[in-house]
Amino acid sequence: MTDTPLPPDAPIEVKDPSRLRLALDSDFFYTFKRSPVAVVSFSVVSIMVLAAVFAPWIAPHDPFNPGSLNLMNGFSAPMEPNAFTGDIFWLGTDDQGRDVFSTILYGMRISLFVGAAAVAFAMVLGVTLGLLAGYVGGWTETIIMRIADVQLTFPAILVAMLIFGVAKGITPVEYRDQMAIWVLILAIGLSDWVQFARVVRGATLVEKNKEYVQAARLIGRTSPAIMLRHILPNVLSPVLVIATISLALAIIAEATLSFLGVGAPPTQPSLGTLIRIGQGFLFSGEWWILLFPAVTLLTLALSVNLLGDWLRDALNPRLR
Amino acid sequence: MPLVSVKNLTRIFDVSKPWLNRVIERRKKAFLTAVNDVSFEIEERSVYALVGESGSGKSTIGKMLVGLLQPSSGSVEIRGVDLARETDAAKIDGVRADIQMIFQDPFASLNPRWRVRDIIVEPVASRGKDTTGMAEKLLEQVGLSVRDAGKFPHEFSGGQRQRICIARALASEPKLIVCDEPTSALDVSVQAQVLNLMSDLRDEFGLTYLFISHDLTVVQHMADKVGVLYLGMLVEEAAPDELFDDPKHPYTQMLLDAAPKLGDYGRDVPPPVGEIPDPINPPTGCPYHPRCPLVQDVCRRDRPVLRKLRGARVACHMAE
Amino acid sequence: MTGPILSIRNLTVEIPTRHGILRPVDGISYDIGRGEILGIVGESGAGKSMAGNAVIDLLSPPAHIAGGEIWVNGTRIDQLKGDAMRRLRGKEIGMVFQDPLTSLNPLLRIGDQLTETILAHLPLSRAQAKDRAIKALDEVGIPGATERINSYPHEFSGGMRQRVVIALALCAEPSLIIADEPTTALDVSVQAQIIALLKALCRNRGTAVMLITHDMGVIAEAADRVAVMYAGKLAELGAVRDVLGAPRHPYTDGLMGSTPLASRGKARLHQIPGAMPALDNLPQGCAFHPRCPYAQSICKTQMPTLADGDGAACFFPLPHTAEVA
Ligand SMILES: Nc1ncnc2c1ncn2[C@@H]1O[C@H](COP(=O)(O)OP(=O)(O)OP(=O)(O)O)[C@@H](O)[C@H]1O
Ligand SMILES: Nc1ncnc2c1ncn2[C@@H]1O[C@H](COP(=O)(O)OP(=O)(O)OP(=O)(O)O)[C@@H](O)[C@H]1O
Ligand SMILES: [Mg+2]
Ligand SMILES: [Mg+2]
Repeated sequence: MTDTPLPPDAPIEVKDPSRLRLALDSDFFYTFKRSPVAVVSFSVVSIMVLAAVFAPWIAPHDPFNPGSLNLMNGFSAPMEPNAFTGDIFWLGTDDQGRDVFSTILYGMRISLFVGAAAVAFAMVLGVTLGLLAGYVGGWTETIIMRIADVQLTFPAILVAMLIFGVAKGITPVEYRDQMAIWVLILAIGLSDWVQFARVVRGATLVEKNKEYVQAARLIGRTSPAIMLRHILPNVLSPVLVIATISLALAIIAEATLSFLGVGAPPTQPSLGTLIRIGQGFLFSGEWWILLFPAVTLLTLALSVNLLGDWLRDALNPRLR
Repeated sequence: MPLVSVKNLTRIFDVSKPWLNRVIERRKKAFLTAVNDVSFEIEERSVYALVGESGSGKSTIGKMLVGLLQPSSGSVEIRGVDLARETDAAKIDGVRADIQMIFQDPFASLNPRWRVRDIIVEPVASRGKDTTGMAEKLLEQVGLSVRDAGKFPHEFSGGQRQRICIARALASEPKLIVCDEPTSALDVSVQAQVLNLMSDLRDEFGLTYLFISHDLTVVQHMADKVGVLYLGMLVEEAAPDELFDDPKHPYTQMLLDAAPKLGDYGRDVPPPVGEIPDPINPPTGCPYHPRCPLVQDVCRRDRPVLRKLRGARVACHMAE
Repeated sequence: MTGPILSIRNLTVEIPTRHGILRPVDGISYDIGRGEILGIVGESGAGKSMAGNAVIDLLSPPAHIAGGEIWVNGTRIDQLKGDAMRRLRGKEIGMVFQDPLTSLNPLLRIGDQLTETILAHLPLSRAQAKDRAIKALDEVGIPGATERINSYPHEFSGGMRQRVVIALALCAEPSLIIADEPTTALDVSVQAQIIALLKALCRNRGTAVMLITHDMGVIAEAADRVAVMYAGKLAELGAVRDVLGAPRHPYTDGLMGSTPLASRGKARLHQIPGAMPALDNLPQGCAFHPRCPYAQSICKTQMPTLADGDGAACFFPLPHTAEVA
C-alpha cells in the first residue's frame, strides 16, 4: 500500500533542509548567477549601499565638521593639487572646500535612507490595505480602492509635494530642518502605496479562492491569521519586484524634491541637494561639483531599476 | 440517529450585475438557485455519494455541510448540531473538529510556502495542542515517508499531494470527511491508490464520507448510497447496485448510457440530446423535462417530489 | 491516396535544462491511416501532448525536435519552419485543445474566425467562405448556424464552444486532426456528444484523428487503434480490442486493472505501486521496471524495444506461461 519504502521503526532524526540551503539550490539563484545584468547591478547596488552605510569610516573628510574645513581648499579641481594648500582631492571640492567624494558618500546615505524608508512605509501601508481590500471585500474594498484610484490620477511627485508642503506648514520652524527627512519619507511613501495595494489586492483575490485558504477557514482559523500566515507569503513575490523598482523611483523622487529645494536641507544634503548646489557652479567652470553627484545618482537609480527588471522576469514563471 | 441530516437545504446566489449596470440596462436582480430543497441523511460509518454533472450543486452542498457556506434556507445537522444556527461556541468547536474536507485540486489545496509538517498539523496546532511527531505518524499512515515532513508541496506528485491532504484531514481525528472530487485530477493508476487508501482508512478509523464525484464508476465502487443531482435538485437516491441495475429516473438512465464503457469497443449509441439549461432561468416543473424522452404535460407544470419506489427514492412523475 | 496520413518515425523531443537534457518524447513511431482514430493514452506527464505538439511545431522553447521524422501525406514536415509550417497547419492539420476558450478569440464573432481561417487556406471568395463556415457549424451540430455565426464565443456553453473549435479545425478540410484531451473539461453527456461527432466526421470525410486522452473508456469507445505511452516511450501499440482486451504490456495491464468497473463491484482495486518517474530521474533499463511485478534482471539493465508495428515494448509480454510468472 506504500510506494516509498518506510524507514525502520527506530525513531530517526530527520533533518529538514534549511531555507538557506533551498534558496542556494533554487532555480532563482541559478538564473541569478547566469545573468550578467543581475550580477553586475546587484554588485553595484551592494557596493553603493555598503559605502553609504560605512560613510563615516570610508570618507576621507568629514564634510559636516566645520572645524576640519579649510576655505582655502575651495574649488579644487579633481586630482589636482590645490593652488594654496597643495592638498589633493579625488573628486575635487566645492566652494566651501568640502571634499566632493565625501559629500557624495554622505549624500548617498541620506538618499538611500530616505528612499528605503519611504518604500518600506509605502509597502507596509499598501500591502496591509491591499490584503484587507482583497480578503474582506465589500465596502472596505470599495473605499480603499476608490481612494487609490483618485490618488493615481495625480502624478506622484505632485502628491509628495502637496504632503510635504502641508507637513512643513504644521511643523514649528525650529524643528523644520530636523523633521525635513521624516517629512520627506512620509511624503514619498504616501505617494507610492497605491501600486502595492493594487497588486496585492489582485494577488489576494486569486489566492483567497484557492483551496488551501478554504482548508484553513474550515478548521476555524481567524481572518487575520489566514491573511498573515497563508496569503501574505504567497503574494510577496510581486511585492518584492515593485519594492525594488519603487526604490529607484523613490530615490529619484527624493532627488527631485531636494533639487527643487523642498527636500533635504543643505545641512543634511542628499544627492539631490548636492546637484542643486552644484548646478550653480556649472557655468563658472567648476563642473565637478555637479557632475559627480549626478553620475552617482544616475548609477544608483539605474542599477536598482535593472535589478528590479530582472527580478520581475525571474519571478514570473510564465516568462521563463 | 444518522450522523448527518440535511433537511430542505437550499442555497441561492445573488448573481446580479453591479447596481449601476442594472439601472442602465434596466435589468432586474438575478438569482441562481444552486441547491434546491435537498434532503438526505448520512449514516455513521457509511459512504454517501453525490453525483451529477458540472453545476449541479455538488460542491455547494459539500461546502454547506462543512460550514464554509451558509444555507439560504433549510438546515444541516451534524450529530444534532446545526452549525449555522448553534450559538454555543464550545459545541460549534466540537463539531468543527469532527468534520474535514478534501478538495479536488491537489495543487491548490496545499500552501506552497509551508512545509508539509506544518500543513498537516495545522488543524491541531491552531487549537493550541501539542503536535510533536504527529505529522510523521500521519505521513506513514497515508503511505508516505517520514522524511517527507520537511519538504515543500512542490516536490510531490499529484497523488502524493492528495495523500498529504488526506493526512491533514485525519489530523484532527474527524468523524466525517467531505471529499469533493478527490481523484478527478489524478490518473487512473494513482486514483486506484488513493481510493484504496480511503477505503482502508475508513475501516481503520470508522470514518464517514460524503463522496462527491461526477464519475459513476468511481461512485459505484465507493458508495453505500448514491444521490443523483440535477440542477440543484436531488432526482434519485438509491444504493449503488439498485441505481446501476435499475435506474428509475430518466436522467440517471441517460448518465449511465453516456458514460464511456471500457468493454464496448467502438460503441455507437445515439448520444444524449440537449444540454443542462441555464440555472438562472431553470425550466418550470421538472428540471429535466426539456431533455426527457418520457415528458408529459404534468412534467412541464409540476415539480415532482421525491417518492419511494422499489428501494429507491426518485423525483419523477413518470417513473414506475 | 494510399499509405498513412501521418507517419512518425523515431520522434524524439528534448528539453535542455540545468539538470541535463530531458526527453519527454523518446523515439516513438506510429502511423495513422485514412479515417482512422488513433488513441494516445498514458499518465499525466507521459509526453502525450508533447508528441502531438511536435507534429504541428507548437513546442514551446526550449523544447525542440531532436531527432526522427514526421511525414504527412507523403511529405516530410519536421524540418519545415515559419511560413511553410503555418500554411500546413490548418490546411493539412487541424488542432482541438482541452480548453475551448484558449482556441477562440474572445473579441471576434465566431463567423469571422471561421471565414478568416478558410480564406487563409482555401482559394475562395468571402461569400463562399461564409457559406462554408455555416456549413461547418451545421456539420458539428450547432442549431441555427445561420444566426449563430454572428455570436461571440462567450455566448456559447462549454460543449457548444468545443463544437465551434472542432468546426474551426475542420473548416479548411484538413486530412489530420490532433485532438488533445478534447472532452476532459466537459460533462459526460456532452463528452458523449463530442465523441460521437468526432467519430462521424472521421467516418464521413476520411479524416485521420490523433485522440489524446487519459480516459481508457473514451479510447475504448472512440479509437480504432491505441498507443500507450509511458515516460516518453511507447509501451504498447495495437488495435483497441487487442490492447485493452488482452494487454501484453504489464503497464497496460495495470492500468486496466486499476480502473473501477461495474463488473468488479466493491472489490479492492488493483493498484500499480509507486508513480511514474520524473524525466530527470529515469531508472536504468525499462522505465517501468521499478513498478513492474514481473521485472527480471534484464529489465533493469536493458531497454526493451517495440517491434516494428504492433506489440508491447517488454521482455516478458503477457500472457505469461506458468514458469515466467
Ligand atoms: N459563489 C458563487 N456565486 C455565484 N454562483 C455560484 C457560486 N458558487 C457556485 N455557483 C453556481 O452554483 C451552481 C452549482 O455550483 P457547484 O460548484 O456546487 O457545482 P458542482 O456540482 O460542484 O459542479 P462541478 O462539477 O463543476 O464542480 C453553478 O451553476 C455555479 O455557477
Ligand atoms: N519546460 C519544461 N521543462 C522541463 N520539463 C518539461 C517542460 N515542459 C514539459 N516538461 C515535461 O515534459 C513531460 C511531458 O509533458 P506533456 O505535457 O507532454 O505530458 P502529457 O502526457 O500531455 O500530460 P497531461 O496528461 O498532464 O497533459 C512532462 O513530464 C513535463 O513535466
Ligand atoms: Mg464542484
Ligand atoms: Mg497533455
